[in-house]
Amino acid sequence: MAEIALKIFRGDASGGAEKEYRVEATPGMVVLDAVLRVQATQASDLAVRWNCKAAHCGSCSAEVNGKPRLMCKTRTDEFQGKEIHVGPMRAFKLIKDLVTDVSFNYKTARMIPAFTPPAGEKAPFTMYEKDVERLYEYHKCIECFLCQNVCHVIRDHKAPFFGPRQLVRIASLEMHPKDTLDRAQFLKDTALIGYCNITKCCTEVCPEHIHITDNAIIPLKERVVDEFYDPVQWIWRKIMGRNSNGG
Amino acid sequence: MSVASSNERPWWFEPLSIVVVLSGFSIYAIWAALQGQGAYHNYLSPFFSPKLASPFSWFSPAFLILWVPLGFRATCYYYRKAYYRSFFWDPPACARPELRGEKYSGETKFPFIINNLHRYFFLLATIVLAFLWYDAILAFFFKDGSGNAHFGAALGSLIFLINVVLLSLYSFSCHSLRHIIGGKMDCFTCSLAGGARHKTWGWVSILNERHPLWAWLSLFSVLSVDIYIRLLQAGLIQDVRFF
Ligand code: SF4
Ligand code: SF4
Ligand code: FES
Ligand code: FES
Repeated sequence: MAEIALKIFRGDASGGAEKEYRVEATPGMVVLDAVLRVQATQASDLAVRWNCKAAHCGSCSAEVNGKPRLMCKTRTDEFQGKEIHVGPMRAFKLIKDLVTDVSFNYKTARMIPAFTPPAGEKAPFTMYEKDVERLYEYHKCIECFLCQNVCHVIRDHKAPFFGPRQLVRIASLEMHPKDTLDRAQFLKDTALIGYCNITKCCTEVCPEHIHITDNAIIPLKERVVDEFYDPVQWIWRKIMGRNSNGG
Repeated sequence: MSVASSNERPWWFEPLSIVVVLSGFSIYAIWAALQGQGAYHNYLSPFFSPKLASPFSWFSPAFLILWVPLGFRATCYYYRKAYYRSFFWDPPACARPELRGEKYSGETKFPFIINNLHRYFFLLATIVLAFLWYDAILAFFFKDGSGNAHFGAALGSLIFLINVVLLSLYSFSCHSLRHIIGGKMDCFTCSLAGGARHKTWGWVSILNERHPLWAWLSLFSVLSVDIYIRLLQAGLIQDVRFF
């Protein structure tokens, strides 16, 4: 059986370096298998987060040869003849080895104004397919935070931007036919949607193939334009004296 | 291009190609505008359409129009991605370190905040597009010796038709249009004409999936029409008449 050379980052917030390990390759092996083999046979103190090994739980996010990927969805035979470098997500604070502190994402999630149905209405609602079909895509999110990790606004500019994952969440609320809130002001001033320059890295890494930029961020940007940057709509609202949010 | 497939080419390949193509196109567009004219019999170059009279002899009428399609493309969501990545390296490629650190304001400040006006450039560009359709129709009518126009077709007419179709696909796959048509609605079934808007929004969404493709193809087709006309003018080629 062939061997795989794995270079895994070992360290914590105070520093660290890659360490080389060699494991036997097995058919259909994924990077997570190899890392767990290392943990079982050579480095029992290796910290790695995982759960489902089926690309469902979103726990095993890491950077494999510099690309943000789910370790359980990345086959080792993709790198035949090459070393495999495995490191933690770079945008988040490192805890140990491959494990990072992703609590920032939960903090921002809690700040998003929650789903608010019309007064007196309670689930189950009667809704039509036409009105909810575009929400299914947003609900595919497994919260792996790979999109947050790759987003240059968070990763390089360290801006207090909520990031693509939270914009997907906001899109699912804003476009919900039974939601009554208008989150345009929140998007502009708190979530800082204007920081996104639609360069699409989030879309490129999403393991659920959610069209984050085209179907969530750009539609939300357009809603923010309606309320804050469109001079004609601004004058219209002044004349009509109301806040129209497109129905 | 996905992150996985970006393994195959060096990371700088995409930004560099975009810099070369967009700079090349801009230089050509300015050069063509400076020529002051762009017509050959029934063919009118898209850089000079609609035909306007310049107030000064030294000022090319093309500049009166050029800002519309250029502004439309410069504020387009797809080209924004392309130039932020390639010209500003913000980011040059995904998960690549950047040049600028914490001094970043994205699209919240001048000049990029202007990109929020894209929908108005869409409207202006749609007016120009109507003239380009008119020009494409004229490209199928050839004058005979006595000055009467007859329906016909030549290689030039076909190039005009392909160009205006590609430009329409580009315009009608626009994200702002997708929003205006239906994206802005939260409930189709509760709104007036919601069914029709849902259907149209679905069509625009299908076109929108290929928006970058239409953006590039239409850029090259505009270029081809102008080059074709200039080659005809210079007598370097002959138009091929089909009937
Ligand atoms: S498209 Fe926007 S949210 Fe997505 S990675 Fe780029 S800047 Fe971040
Ligand atoms: S949107 Fe995609 S990349 Fe982002 S957290 Fe959800 S599944 Fe992961
Ligand atoms: S282990 Fe659950 S997504 Fe990889
Ligand atoms: S988004 Fe590209 S033309 Fe409008």
